Amino acid sequence: MECMTLTGEEIDHIAELARLHLSSEDRERMVEQLSAILDHVARIQAADLSSVSETMHMGEEVNRWRRDEVLPSLSVDSALANAPDSDGHYFKVEAIQEEQS
Amino acid sequence: MMDNASMAQAPADVEYEVVIGLEVHAQLLTKSKMFCRCSASYIAAGPNENTCPVCLGMPGVLPVMNEEAIRDTVLTGIALECTIPEVSKFDRKNYFYADLPKGYQISQFDQPLTIDGTLRFMVDGREVSCGIERVHLEEDAGTLHHLGTGIHSSHASLVDFNRAGVPLMEIVGRPDLRTPKEAREYVSTLRKILMFIGVNDGNLEEGSMRCDANISLRPKGSTELGAKVEIKNMNSFRSIERALEHEIQRQTALLRRGETIPQETRGWIDPENRTVSQRSKEQAHDYRYFPDPDLPALSISRELVEELRKRLPELPAAMQSRFVTSYGISDYEAGVLTQERDEAATFEEIVKRGVDPVLAARWCIGDLAKLAKETKTAIADSGLGIEGAAELLKLLHDGTINGATAKALAEELYEAGGSPAALVAERGLGKVSDRSAVETMCQEAIAGNQKAVDDFRGGKEAALQSLVGAVMKASRGRADASLVREVLTKLLSS
Ligand SMILES: [Zn+2]
Repeated sequence: MECMTLTGEEIDHIAELARLHLSSEDRERMVEQLSAILDHVARIQAADLSSVSETMHMGEEVNRWRRDEVLPSLSVDSALANAPDSDGHYFKVEAIQEEQS
Repeated sequence: MMDNASMAQAPADVEYEVVIGLEVHAQLLTKSKMFCRCSASYIAAGPNENTCPVCLGMPGVLPVMNEEAIRDTVLTGIALECTIPEVSKFDRKNYFYADLPKGYQISQFDQPLTIDGTLRFMVDGREVSCGIERVHLEEDAGTLHHLGTGIHSSHASLVDFNRAGVPLMEIVGRPDLRTPKEAREYVSTLRKILMFIGVNDGNLEEGSMRCDANISLRPKGSTELGAKVEIKNMNSFRSIERALEHEIQRQTALLRRGETIPQETRGWIDPENRTVSQRSKEQAHDYRYFPDPDLPALSISRELVEELRKRLPELPAAMQSRFVTSYGISDYEAGVLTQERDEAATFEEIVKRGVDPVLAARWCIGDLAKLAKETKTAIADSGLGIEGAAELLKLLHDGTINGATAKALAEELYEAGGSPAALVAERGLGKVSDRSAVETMCQEAIAGNQKAVDDFRGGKEAALQSLVGAVMKASRGRADASLVREVLTKLLSS
């Protein structure tokens, strides 16, 4: 069976999307571990599943929905209780820089 | 995904064809949010007053779908002639941004609620038909306020999550549009339909309806798509048209200089009349969609589809042509009257009370519409009301009062309320059509306006108008203007 090997660049891309900083050792380890996961998935994909119907969710349940009703929300104090930073009734975050030209 | 088509060596005389596809986001008018029971009315609330662990993205919470939002989206699909697949599901669209508390947006990827529709509309007397790829349901993000003078110089941003989780439909149009005007009409028609079926309030300025455009240019005759540029921040019909016109000019100039158009997102800066590139980290569009394990699949029964189909009201285009045929009003008037469902209903209610439809149409889009706008009160909710408006227009139509009196009464009663007929009787506002009374008034006008009389006798026909005006003024608008004209002409030529 063919082995899936991720490149260092692919690991960097995934890390960037996940906002993770990886040291060079982390990066090496991730190449190995994520490649192993892909290998495993490849093995599953190779199985003959023509007789198995597609499963989107583990349960059989569908349409678990509710009526359109409003219930009280949290107090602003509770909502902000776990915020790393806040300003008045707002959550406060570092400036969002969008590169523009 | 299209790659950057290399059109770098285009000769300067190549004619380009414009290809435009629009994505419209429309907030649904549900009472509660999409996956929690917080209120969806985010504008009236103070910052972060409408939040809970679900819409703040706390760990361990379970989202539960709002049935009304599902129904509204299916109804929209039906109105846009879409197919409603039997199975649908929600997926997670992963990206990081401060207005998205969970780090992913619940959206729909490969199994949206509705697919393959059509939107038809008229542009310069020609029918345009634009494909609708899909209408899917997702959740809105929070709102950011940048501290400092602008997004570039700000040092911090404030986040309000009241809007996070408000149900949002995305209507993805196919790239079937060829001009900015078609794009504008597409949005205008779509807006009307959404408002008619009661799923969205159509407010582009406040962002309850938002429009993004994908635009590319390709040499005429080519079927290959050029590099796609996405334009954002167009929050009025005018800016949609202007932003696209500007973008066509910008891209044409680049292509004619032999340059390549980079695939990118650009923001429309309305006051500066230009677009600017918005390069952000997420430009890769690597959203890593996967089915949301918290949300079981949707099974849309055919019974539900039929029930909603029956509930679909008459759509604006059908109503417009019915107004033309049944009431004998112009297509333009019918178009204005069917801008909003309530206004169209008001017109029909007035006509039902025995008012001439042509007169009713003229007033509903003219003086009464003006009063509605000034007082921010719909005709039906005004003091005058539908009954009063009908009574007033009947008095005008049968000649009891003249136009000026009708206008003055409408203004007076619009907020105060009261019966126009009672007021006309009480104040003696009826039109003065009695010949001898009009003759007396005309003689007074002649005696008091010697210059106009001399001018008229000297051959200046226009001078008659100032004499008619003098009589109308003296009678406070009550004199029958055509009779005044006739009497004055007779008196002056004798
Ligand atoms: Zn909530």
